[in-house]
Amino acid sequence: MQATRLDSKAVPTHPALTQVLPGGTLREGTVVQVEGSTTLLMALLAGPSASGRWVAVAGMPEFGVEAAARFGIDLDRLVLVPDPGRQWLTVVAALADVIPVVAVRPAGRISPAESSRVQARLRQRGTTLLVAGEWPGSDARLGVETSEWQGLERGHGHLAEREVVVSVAGRGEFVRRTRSRLRLPGRHLEFAPAAPTPGFAESIRLAEPIHLDDIERRATG
Amino acid sequence: MTTDLGRTIVLWCPDWPVFAVCRETGLDPTAPIALTEAGLVFACSAAARRDGVARGLKLREAQYRSPALTVLEYDADLDARVFEPVVRAVEAAVPGVQLVRPGTLAMRARGPARYYGGEDAAASALLATVAEHGVPGARIGIADGPFAAEQAARATGEAPIGVVPPGASAAFIAPLPVALVVDPRTAILLNRLGVRTLGEFAALPAADVRRRFGAAGAFAHDRAAGREQARVIARTPPPEFEAEQHFEPPLDRIDQLAFAFRVGAEEFIDRMRAVRLVCTGLRIELDDERGGHSSRSWLHPRWFTPADVIDRIRWQLQGAGSADTGLASPIVRLRVIPERVDSTGNHEEGLWGGGPDERVHHGLTRVQSMLGHEAVVTAAIGGGRMLADRQVLVPWGDRPPERTSDAPWPGSLPALAPASVFRERLPIALLDERGAVVAVDDRGAISASPERFAVGGGEAAPVRAWAGPWPVVERWWDAEQAKRVHRFQIVDDDGCAWLLVRDLEGWWAEARYD
Repeated sequence: MQATRLDSKAVPTHPALTQVLPGGTLREGTVVQVEGSTTLLMALLAGPSASGRWVAVAGMPEFGVEAAARFGIDLDRLVLVPDPGRQWLTVVAALADVIPVVAVRPAGRISPAESSRVQARLRQRGTTLLVAGEWPGSDARLGVETSEWQGLERGHGHLAEREVVVSVAGRGEFVRRTRSRLRLPGRHLEFAPAAPTPGFAESIRLAEPIHLDDIERRATG
Repeated sequence: MTTDLGRTIVLWCPDWPVFAVCRETGLDPTAPIALTEAGLVFACSAAARRDGVARGLKLREAQYRSPALTVLEYDADLDARVFEPVVRAVEAAVPGVQLVRPGTLAMRARGPARYYGGEDAAASALLATVAEHGVPGARIGIADGPFAAEQAARATGEAPIGVVPPGASAAFIAPLPVALVVDPRTAILLNRLGVRTLGEFAALPAADVRRRFGAAGAFAHDRAAGREQARVIARTPPPEFEAEQHFEPPLDRIDQLAFAFRVGAEEFIDRMRAVRLVCTGLRIELDDERGGHSSRSWLHPRWFTPADVIDRIRWQLQGAGSADTGLASPIVRLRVIPERVDSTGNHEEGLWGGGPDERVHHGLTRVQSMLGHEAVVTAAIGGGRMLADRQVLVPWGDRPPERTSDAPWPGSLPALAPASVFRERLPIALLDERGAVVAVDDRGAISASPERFAVGGGEAAPVRAWAGPWPVVERWWDAEQAKRVHRFQIVDDDGCAWLLVRDLEGWWAEARYD
């Protein structure tokens, strides 16, 4: 089991998430739980989509298409299955056969036996599954702990940017829970790691700095 | 009886575009009706013409002349589609028919004249055939060459048949205006040169006309002189690809019907494949026992296989139910008509398969056959102010609508778009510090600053920040669709931002920035 995961290939990931995700990128055949934020889910989808892969979103009728497009998901290669209903697991399995990154909100509980069967299929196909909900035996678990909006005051202004603290828990070498600060989104609708505020950096472990030139390239073009 | 090879019969249905529209929409053809194209009148009914409406008139002018005028958009496809059964009927009576344009047919006179025993008899037989198909008032002209014959048909008055004796065509068309054979610019030029009728034009030396007006002029000159080289070029009737099946006894279960048509669907696709065609769009028509009729076009991102055809039939029948529920009324007839066909050459698979997108297509089609056609969608951004209007979801395989989101849409939200847009707006409560619901008056002022916020019937939590109201006023001129709402952005105690809407009924959450 462990060996398979280490061997699995990296999926192109948004540079802002390199310090968040265990191992620095999404990996093929893994299951990542994303809790509490559709924007975080979009950030995870944006990387593969920008590199020309198809992405699918199942079971999320309220998925904001316009936001997705502005955050860098290519709508030509985005497939939505808003209401898979009771057959959601079958739909996920069918989508996972052909689409390299699939996001799903489970419509019900799933037993560990079912989940490991699906995961075996994911590993075989090299598909990354992002789950907005519960998934027994997921490889990593991302959640938004706090979120702070800027730009909106009491009675004036408008939402401009927000800073979130993303907590990550995982299996194996990522058992230790880490936290990182992210701008989700920043003032120019970009995703970027937030500058650590004094006092904050001491309390959490920050991963090595991300490649700034890479972000700039993405922001400008 | 010797007949010249050039003798031609032209069948002309006056005001065909209007007639076709009336037949399709059930309008009364005797009412004043005009069809417009690009703001100008393209065709009009006899009643409208009596009021002074004419082709080429501006729409405003036409409405001014005939206040009761019904104005519709001209649809060339509909024109041709409605004419097709008439062409078939005429082809059954007289072989070798040329479709000049919808409403006008040309055919050689020699065969029919010999078969029916004379040109007049042939013309009467044709008129009877057309009248049987519900096209009254058709006209027939017989002359040397299609051009003269068409003019003869148009020149008929009360009698429906106009015959120009052999050899007299040039004299017959001589008094007609020269604009009939040349384009409008040349017609103006000829008029200025003093050449007003076809006869005068024909009298010019052919060599001079060719030198001055080129090949097009020479062609027009031949026509004007009755020396037309064009012969009737009979169309090859298009091969029949459509598949039809009657069910006796009628079938009332979708799976029965799908199974019953399996062989039919395979034959339908095989027949097209035999002539190296693939079907990329088709129309399915279903008739049920109670006389109900359902018809719908289906497109395919690649091309239809027999299984795809069955799927489309199933989806069309399903509506809301699933495959094993009974239908409201049993189906007696099923008809599948190809609407778009393409050469297989354009759809050849690569040597190593068609690449990743083809796999994606197969996978998505599988999901579609599980959940239904509308369940798998691709998204586009549309125009509009409300967020739900801006999300355009197109079923996989259908064509996306044209983009309108590039328009400025004043009043729409700034660049930051919410990540969750609720399909059904959530009822919420926005309260001030005394626990009263915040109200917005007619002038867009709020009663008190919002302090507490609750989703559904949940517990009210403090509001950290807010801004608004931002009014959105849409379609104020239309009482039924008018919309007047106020938008607010708030951040709740958990740091989650919401887009709220206040309308006449109360407070709603339109979207969430999560």
